[in-house]
Amino acid sequence: MARAPIISMEKVSKWFGAFRVLKDVDLTVFEGERHVIVGPSGSGKSTLIRCLNRLEEHQAGRIVIDGIELTGSLRNTDEIRREVGMVFQQFNLFPHLTILQNCTLAPIHVRGMDRSEADALAMQYLERVHIPGQADKYPGQLSGGQQQRAAIARALCMNPKIMLFDEPTSALDPVMTKEVLDVMVELADGGMTMVIVTHEMAFARKIAHRMIFMEEAMVIESAPPDAFFDHPQDPRTKRFLGQILDH
Amino acid sequence: MAHADRSNSRYLLRRAFAFSREHFFGSWGSTIVTLIAGMLLFRIAAGVVEWAFLDAVWEGTSGEACRGQGAVACWPFIAAKWQQFVYGTYPQGSQWRVNLAFALGALGLAWLMLPRIPGKSWASAIMVVGYPVFVFFLLTGGSFGLRAVPTKDWGGMLVTITLAASGIAASLPLGILLALGRKSTLPLIRIASTAFIELWRGVPLVTVLFMASVMLPLFLPAGVTFDLLLRCIFGVALFSAAYMAEVVRGGLQAIPRGQYEAASALGLGYWRTMGFVILPQALRIVIPGIVNTFIGLFKDTTLVLIVGLADFLGMVQRNLNDANWFAPGTAMTGYVFAAAVFWVFCFGMSRYARHMEHRLNREGHAQ
Amino acid sequence: MDKAPRRPLLERLTHGASGRAVVAQLALLLVVVLAGGWISHNTIVNLQARNLASGFGFLNYTAGFAISQSPIPYSEQSTYGRALLAGLINTINVSLVGIVCATVLGYILGLARLSRNILISGLATIYVETLRNVPLLLQLFVWYFAVLQPLPKPSASFDLLGLAYLHNRGLQLPSVSLGAAGWPVFAAVLTGLLVVALWARYRRYISRLAVLVPVLLPVFVWMVYGAPFEAQIPQLERFNFVGGTVVRPELMALIVALSTYTAAFIAEIVRAGILSVPRGQIEAAQALGLRRGHIRRSVVMPQALRVIIPPLTSQYLNLTKNSSLAVAIAFPDLVSVFAGTTLSQTGQAVEIVGLTMAIYLTLSLLIAAAMNLANRRFALKER
Repeated sequence: MARAPIISMEKVSKWFGAFRVLKDVDLTVFEGERHVIVGPSGSGKSTLIRCLNRLEEHQAGRIVIDGIELTGSLRNTDEIRREVGMVFQQFNLFPHLTILQNCTLAPIHVRGMDRSEADALAMQYLERVHIPGQADKYPGQLSGGQQQRAAIARALCMNPKIMLFDEPTSALDPVMTKEVLDVMVELADGGMTMVIVTHEMAFARKIAHRMIFMEEAMVIESAPPDAFFDHPQDPRTKRFLGQILDH
Repeated sequence: MAHADRSNSRYLLRRAFAFSREHFFGSWGSTIVTLIAGMLLFRIAAGVVEWAFLDAVWEGTSGEACRGQGAVACWPFIAAKWQQFVYGTYPQGSQWRVNLAFALGALGLAWLMLPRIPGKSWASAIMVVGYPVFVFFLLTGGSFGLRAVPTKDWGGMLVTITLAASGIAASLPLGILLALGRKSTLPLIRIASTAFIELWRGVPLVTVLFMASVMLPLFLPAGVTFDLLLRCIFGVALFSAAYMAEVVRGGLQAIPRGQYEAASALGLGYWRTMGFVILPQALRIVIPGIVNTFIGLFKDTTLVLIVGLADFLGMVQRNLNDANWFAPGTAMTGYVFAAAVFWVFCFGMSRYARHMEHRLNREGHAQ
Repeated sequence: MDKAPRRPLLERLTHGASGRAVVAQLALLLVVVLAGGWISHNTIVNLQARNLASGFGFLNYTAGFAISQSPIPYSEQSTYGRALLAGLINTINVSLVGIVCATVLGYILGLARLSRNILISGLATIYVETLRNVPLLLQLFVWYFAVLQPLPKPSASFDLLGLAYLHNRGLQLPSVSLGAAGWPVFAAVLTGLLVVALWARYRRYISRLAVLVPVLLPVFVWMVYGAPFEAQIPQLERFNFVGGTVVRPELMALIVALSTYTAAFIAEIVRAGILSVPRGQIEAAQALGLRRGHIRRSVVMPQALRVIIPPLTSQYLNLTKNSSLAVAIAFPDLVSVFAGTTLSQTGQAVEIVGLTMAIYLTLSLLIAAAMNLANRRFALKER
């Protein structure tokens, strides 16, 4: 297959002052693939995916997304952010706008859609995440699971090619976690390219094309889920899996 | 307690005792203080009531009536002069225009401040832009068949409210820009905004007014003059904008980073993020701070009498020099009246600010 | 741990900003420079048209006016520069005295607001809510025109214990002079305080006796000089008092108005600070058996001070700036003497107002810096 990857990170490094948070990280994601990144806290997982839409700036290496290289150029960054959607651990819905307004804000002002078109689009996605009735409510009136699903719908309204998830269920209780994971599975079934940081191992095993383990700013191991979970190669991976799965 | 009959007078008496024991006579020290303070309070209250009501002079057409009674309140002074206190030397036939302006202003403010009435963004736009322009033409006249009244004839409460309202209307947009500038990542803009803010916050308002009244004419090309009221509005607006900038900055800092990040991730640029996501939330949070700045501004307008502009306090002060009304109690009467008027305005606004603060704390960010 | 690679020079110079950002900043710079140039041009033309001088040479000219209360020797033959100095020192004195009085009064009022005794807390609340909502200038006028001016003539003044007298031209106080020992005794007091402060800082515990050092040392120094002492009690002679010192009504009104007004705000700040200490802290201290006064001193106040100091700094700055209201009652402070009289005599508005603003900025910076040191001392040490 000679097609180009949709995400390509080559030897990416990042420092916070003197402290190195990413060390020569490589990542190659093809369209339609789903990569799940796991690892202990502080390993750089969040920083890695935040570099993909330039919420963090890398200092060494190359990042190319859908043919556009991420550099200091604002125009490139804007273009990439239109193609990459992100879902945050803390939802980050805009509390002073209704759910519908949250979803239509970017399509109207970034893509230039007109209001009725944007409203229809938003309702369509709100139905896909199973909360059409919440459209005129404010985020504070929704449960955590509903808020996160609304955040997913908001990101989808920009029709992105790639969806990034930064620990989307870490702030939710088990019931709400399941709601959100179900939506993410449906999204995966639809063929979306996804890069996910999570601690939900069963979910990861189910949908991932590739599992990536990070520790201390480096990618330690990268393998398809079966190989990753059943035959981990690196001793650090084995130790991590031992800690995580032994509950 | 379930056994006690609540309507029983003995029960009530016991509760009264317990209450006073805790709140008035909790300890020996507390008891002594209560007795002394009680006596003091009574003497002061009695003195005030005597001065203002019992011994005061209520009728009269000049200081004669107030002279023989010692230092008591001379209310006829207020009755005779109140028009000057409110309108200054604004011609009497045209004073209805001032009343109209006040009434519209009060309505607009009510629209803006009462929580349940919708259309707040319309209200803000109208009050900050439309109302000032309309009132300017209404009050200066010269067109639409209205008699021209130059601003040098304005005085009293008219001037005070004009200064305060213009000051706030001008300082809010300017303050927002300065606050955004101070938080900007562009170094030149950040330094310029910070220097500007710290300059106006570090100097007394009196020097700013001197600057506006004395230096400003030097800065403008020869022959271009602004009258004193406009110059003072300019000075007051700049001064107030610096304090407003700090209030807005506090609001901006209270917005979690995640809001900025979510907006960035959606592709919203800087101005759209600020306008649609950040500022609506930040400004709502600092409404109490904005109202407090307004209260301060309202009190500070009294300083313009130092540069010769006759605001409310200035008119009172000028009229105290009227030999016709000279009496031992006149000065205090005038000042007490002025203090009462200011107090009603400022206390009312501070209660509103406190109410909004409670509301915002209770509801978090929701409407 | 290898370091981050160095960015290309251009990127470092512009801090990685985009072309848009650089252009925007250059545009701002251009606008500021152009506006500055236009203003300067107009100013020069206007000054020439009015035949006004420029520059600060006027500071050496003879002032030709008197100053009613001057802290330094000053006469009508002194220069404008000396007048400026006199006004400045007056401003500093009034501000310092005002800050001290306002802090003490505000602290007491803040505690009173929190008292369980309703009469006390009610009175304090009335005080605070009244003074905060009436303009300071109006309060100053009340004190000056309605309280102090109507006082009786010196011959009929209020007699305070036979030592001091209050009348419409001021407050007559007895004066005490220590002769040649004056400055050495003052220096001894300062040295004593410094010794106690250093001792407390480095030894962490000072015995109560250490407080005697700033008291005994000056007394010792005074005795070394032969214990000179000269007291003058004001005596009424015909229509005026002779002897002692007099505090004029302008100064009194200014200090009283500034202190009482600022104290109302400080009371609220102190109250908020004390309320900000979590109830659990007090309960833990009580469980340990500490008594109320001790709890307040060692547990509540240090934590409350953390919250109190920043807004307290604002109030101190406000008080210092508000002292400029002296010009409204003709007390010779910096604004009154320099931006008032000197300006009207020389007409050099730009230099005078500019210099006055610069001086106030400096004072503000100094106070803010001093309070910042205090702030740092009380900040929580975190990870």
